[in-house]
Amino acid sequence: MANIASTTASAGTDVTARALREAVFAGLISLGLFVLFVGLKSDQNIRNELILNQRWGLLAIFVIVAAVGRFLMVAYVQPAMARRKAAKAEAEDVAKEETFFSRHFSKLAIAFLLIYPPLVVAIFGVQGSLKWVDNFGIQILIYVMLAWGLNIVVGLAGLLDLGYVAFYAVGAYSYALLSTYFGLSFWVLLPVAGILAAFWGMILGFPVLRLRGDYLAIVTLAFGEIIRLVLINWTEVTKGTFGVSGIAKATLFGIKFDASKDGFAAMMGLPMSSAYYKIFLFYLILALALLTAYVTIRLRRMPIGRAWEALREDEIACRSLGINTVTTKLTAFATGAMFGGIAGSFFAVRQGFVSPESFVFLESAVILAIVVLGGMGSLTGIAVAAAVMIGGTEILRELSFLKMVFGPDFTPELYRMLIFGLAMVVVMVWKPRGFVGSREPTAFLHERKAVSGSFTKEGHG
Amino acid sequence: MARETTTMTKDPILKVEHLSMRFGGLMAINDFSFEAYRGDITALIGPNGAGKTTVFNCITGFYKPTMGMITMKQKAGKEYLLERLPDFEITKLAKVARTFQNIRMFSGLTVLENLLVAQHNKLMQASGYTFLGLLGFPAYRQASREAIDLAKHWLEKASLIDRADDPAGDLSYGAQRRLEIARAMCTGPELLCLDEPAAGLNPRESLALNELLKSIRADTGTSILLIEHDMSVVMEISDHVVVLEYGQKISDGTPDFVKNDPRVIAAYLGVEDEEVEEVIEQIEEIEGGQGGTH
Repeated sequence: MANIASTTASAGTDVTARALREAVFAGLISLGLFVLFVGLKSDQNIRNELILNQRWGLLAIFVIVAAVGRFLMVAYVQPAMARRKAAKAEAEDVAKEETFFSRHFSKLAIAFLLIYPPLVVAIFGVQGSLKWVDNFGIQILIYVMLAWGLNIVVGLAGLLDLGYVAFYAVGAYSYALLSTYFGLSFWVLLPVAGILAAFWGMILGFPVLRLRGDYLAIVTLAFGEIIRLVLINWTEVTKGTFGVSGIAKATLFGIKFDASKDGFAAMMGLPMSSAYYKIFLFYLILALALLTAYVTIRLRRMPIGRAWEALREDEIACRSLGINTVTTKLTAFATGAMFGGIAGSFFAVRQGFVSPESFVFLESAVILAIVVLGGMGSLTGIAVAAAVMIGGTEILRELSFLKMVFGPDFTPELYRMLIFGLAMVVVMVWKPRGFVGSREPTAFLHERKAVSGSFTKEGHG
Repeated sequence: MARETTTMTKDPILKVEHLSMRFGGLMAINDFSFEAYRGDITALIGPNGAGKTTVFNCITGFYKPTMGMITMKQKAGKEYLLERLPDFEITKLAKVARTFQNIRMFSGLTVLENLLVAQHNKLMQASGYTFLGLLGFPAYRQASREAIDLAKHWLEKASLIDRADDPAGDLSYGAQRRLEIARAMCTGPELLCLDEPAAGLNPRESLALNELLKSIRADTGTSILLIEHDMSVVMEISDHVVVLEYGQKISDGTPDFVKNDPRVIAAYLGVEDEEVEEVIEQIEEIEGGQGGTH
């Protein structure tokens, strides 16, 4: 007994000793790395002379953080993870019980979104709710819808599309231009924008059908840029970089959301506030996003949806089974583009202003990143990824307390992309197939079993 | 002689005439002609690199032949010139299905979904090209039930019914081979082209494959054209064997005829120097005899 105790104790001291040793090494390495980068800073003084600022305090913080971090990692985190792994291996036989929460996750999420605006109004008041409904709710839902639309092209059909934002732009400009030039209403133009974007999807689809993989990605990237450059340079119609402003707002069965006598607030006997319009827009984009999800779920159970997934798995086998891969790819492009276009027209009506700056390549990259992070093909995973990514970057704006830590010139928003990239690396290491890597089969004989992500392919374009 | 009489009574389902395929300077197939008869299992054999898979790819439209004509004659009498059709229409219209030498599975889809994808064209029509199906018309629901029944039928035949809801990539090699055949059968073909279906199978799986192929022919009347190296499969199940070497036909007839054909033996086993003259003599004898009967 005493023997065993002494061995465990000696193992414990072993680990601590090793941790201390590694902490010292980590400290030395970070000292070597940062001594010139952090410890010394070249600056200009008022007479434009180059002077050397010494920042030994900051350097000490860096070194201490590295050493302490390494110590904690080796002494506590690694043994804990090893123990958890061992425990998991032992408990493998026990079937993982589904909790109520995980089983009804999507229903609970939809219910939460439905009561979200009243909840926020109740907590923060009508004016205070604006930020929460607009910056968080609407912003995230737009990206959810865009990512679900792109998911049809990338996740289901396996065609890598780096220019998805082009369809978003087509939808936004369709609404902006047709409503300013012809005075058509939002409800008429919403489907029109979708159809026009789908049409452009087909136009893009035709030339790229013979391309696969990297080549396809490059052409779609170029297409996205072409659309943006056309919007910038076709100044007679699009007003170029100035953008189209003063776009008509949407109405609810003809009721306007303005300060007039027959506006929404006046009719309901409420004080005028722009929050009501935002809440209306929130429900509108929620409905549009849910429509996207519903259509995607239905399409997956249709022959066309199965053909998309089969196309992702093996294109040659598809052709040997009599599937016309040309039309199948075109429908995937067109369907994905249509949802992008609808989201675009919503974007235009929400902002009241569109300019080519909103449709840069970075947007395509963000949408694609959301699809990949969420798990290609999984609607739930993608929605979670959108909430984390877009919500996370919005929250950075709120973190003013960071200024106390890093000084008053620190603007957390500028580190948005850095954190975005870091999060992507972490998630891809931890879950290479995204948040939800498994695939739900569309038909079953005996029981519905999720297909593990290790069997599904990403497609070759 | 026996062969001649069977030829007279049988009608060809597939007629390949003067097929040539050139890859740059290489003549992979040179003026190759043969016929596959309706209801027969026709085997295409030959040493490695003889051009068997190239012939297959020409028939199923994955290659466009340099020269020649490939005619598919359906039961209803309709004829298709396969060299003019794009590959997917060869399956869709001409009803020629194929499998691949290295299995091409939709590994991330379940076994059942694999078979449903194979019924794409039929289901597409039933769902009104997606639009009616999206609106929930009953015709599509009916059709999809029937599609699942057909899939079930073939899963039972291929003894894969217990694995129906597993991903296809999770199946063993032999089971994947059977699934690929079942999937091809779900397209409702009149001619089934199998590229080395027994490759990599153990003797027991090989035997099960023989039974599956025989029952396919007996139950559905589907004609089968197969490439095979496994002579136990070829000799056991085929009615008609065509031998290819260096892109040219060297023998064509019943399994017994081909087995004893000195040209085939020479092609497979090679000939010792001192026996060359003897073999040539034998060949000339046979050709003389054949010339008489023609």
